[in-house]
Amino acid sequence: MLEIQDLHVRFHDSDHEAVRGIDLTVNDGEIVGLVGESGSGKTVTAMTVAGLLEGDRAERRGALHLDGCDLLHCDRETLRAVQGKDIGVVFQEPMNAMNPLMRIGPQVEESLLAHTKMNKEERRRLALAAMADAELSDPEGIYGKYPHELSGGMLQRVMIAAAIVSEPKLLLADEPTTALDVTIQAQILLLLKKLNGEKGMSMLFISHNLNVVRKLCSRVAVMEKGKIVETGCTDQVFYHPQADYTKRLIAAIPTRRKIK
Amino acid sequence: MKRKNTSLYIGLVLAGLVALLVVVGCFWTPYAPTAMSGSAKFLAPSWRHWFGTDNFGRDIFSRVMKGAGTTFFISLCTVAIGAAAGIVVGSLTGYFGGWVDDVLMRLNDAMTAFPSILLALVLISLLGPGKYHIILALGLVFIPSYARVVRSEFARQRELNYVSSARLMGAGNLRILFVHMLPNTGPVLLPAIVIGFNNAVLAEASMSYLGIGVQPPDASLGYMLSESQSYLGKAPWYALSTGLTIVVLILGFSLISQGLRRRKRRRC
Repeated sequence: MLEIQDLHVRFHDSDHEAVRGIDLTVNDGEIVGLVGESGSGKTVTAMTVAGLLEGDRAERRGALHLDGCDLLHCDRETLRAVQGKDIGVVFQEPMNAMNPLMRIGPQVEESLLAHTKMNKEERRRLALAAMADAELSDPEGIYGKYPHELSGGMLQRVMIAAAIVSEPKLLLADEPTTALDVTIQAQILLLLKKLNGEKGMSMLFISHNLNVVRKLCSRVAVMEKGKIVETGCTDQVFYHPQADYTKRLIAAIPTRRKIK
Repeated sequence: MKRKNTSLYIGLVLAGLVALLVVVGCFWTPYAPTAMSGSAKFLAPSWRHWFGTDNFGRDIFSRVMKGAGTTFFISLCTVAIGAAAGIVVGSLTGYFGGWVDDVLMRLNDAMTAFPSILLALVLISLLGPGKYHIILALGLVFIPSYARVVRSEFARQRELNYVSSARLMGAGNLRILFVHMLPNTGPVLLPAIVIGFNNAVLAEASMSYLGIGVQPPDASLGYMLSESQSYLGKAPWYALSTGLTIVVLILGFSLISQGLRRRKRRRC
């Protein structure tokens, strides 16, 4: 479904590549984890897939296909037709991923507005359904609220609702739980897993938290300095890491032992 | 802790006072502002003539009401032109960047390089004096300052997640610019607009003072101030009342602007 081959990304104002030739595939209904430390190119990869890095900001080489549609060399209109409809994105910081002056409802409906000719009632109905899918209690009440009236966990659910409202094939989750506290994290992960199971949505899950990736993903790719150093089934990567970097990363997982 | 926004309230009261004079002045003035009287020249302020009378025996209070109205009107139109064009220029340059940014902002810089009053004077000398020409000239001269404020706000917001997120959901550029981003520039744009109004009042007053602004028998605060100068010794109340009206107006709007900015800071 999503195929990335030998992708290079270099920002115009920098002299080295942020992503240096990666290959990655996400199959139908699969959750793939992309792990690595900050600055390893995870987010740049996601932004490229989502079409946020256009030619005027960065130089991109390689191939990027979503269901056979070339996302790297298409024009803006084709890209817009895919954004929101086929690819949904959940960001790291729910607090600043919402427009502070807009009510929740219209923000959830944004992609419907862009891609369908539905009238107001239909949009509202779908938005409420998506919010219920995202396990928000009282969607009707939240619909008319402003982002600052909600908690971080609720906002992250709203973001998820906005991302899934037009039922995309692929959900990009860029560290969706990093800004949340641990109990909410677990709930959000369960929710993502449920959406994957019920709707068959594929996911590219980006995180630096190995424990989270281990719980959620069936396959995992480890990134270091713009390259993928190891990919494989989650268990295999965790129990038999091949690359040095992976071994170090796994050794760095905090355990119950106290740090001496 | 909730502290009262004193400067906003005082500003609103002061500006509201002048605004009240203007609004009432549109419908009713104690005397006809152009009615002359040979016997009532240079009367000192009294209950009959609150601000006294001028060299033609006209009631200064009535003329201040009318004059402030003209000044208000010119300033409002100027700000409207400047802000509208500034928002368009600023949003395009801030959001798109690239060559649009380079071309428009260099033009902007070129305009800012001249002192604004001087530039307006040049425009007026090309267009000829008159109320509407002043509005046009000042409006054009005021574009760069708004464009710069708006541009920096849009450039800042462009990197924020909710803008990316709207883009990722397939929203078009126009929708992102004017539905998502423009309302969020409010906290910065609003004080700038109020200050701009102040500058417009001062600029109009200076132009009229120099005699190339409003033409008689129309009155404006600046024009009256320049006229009163010749009679400073004989009738100090003429200059004093017109000048103080300008001061109160400017002070009011400055305080409002300051209050708005403070309110924004507190909310963050």
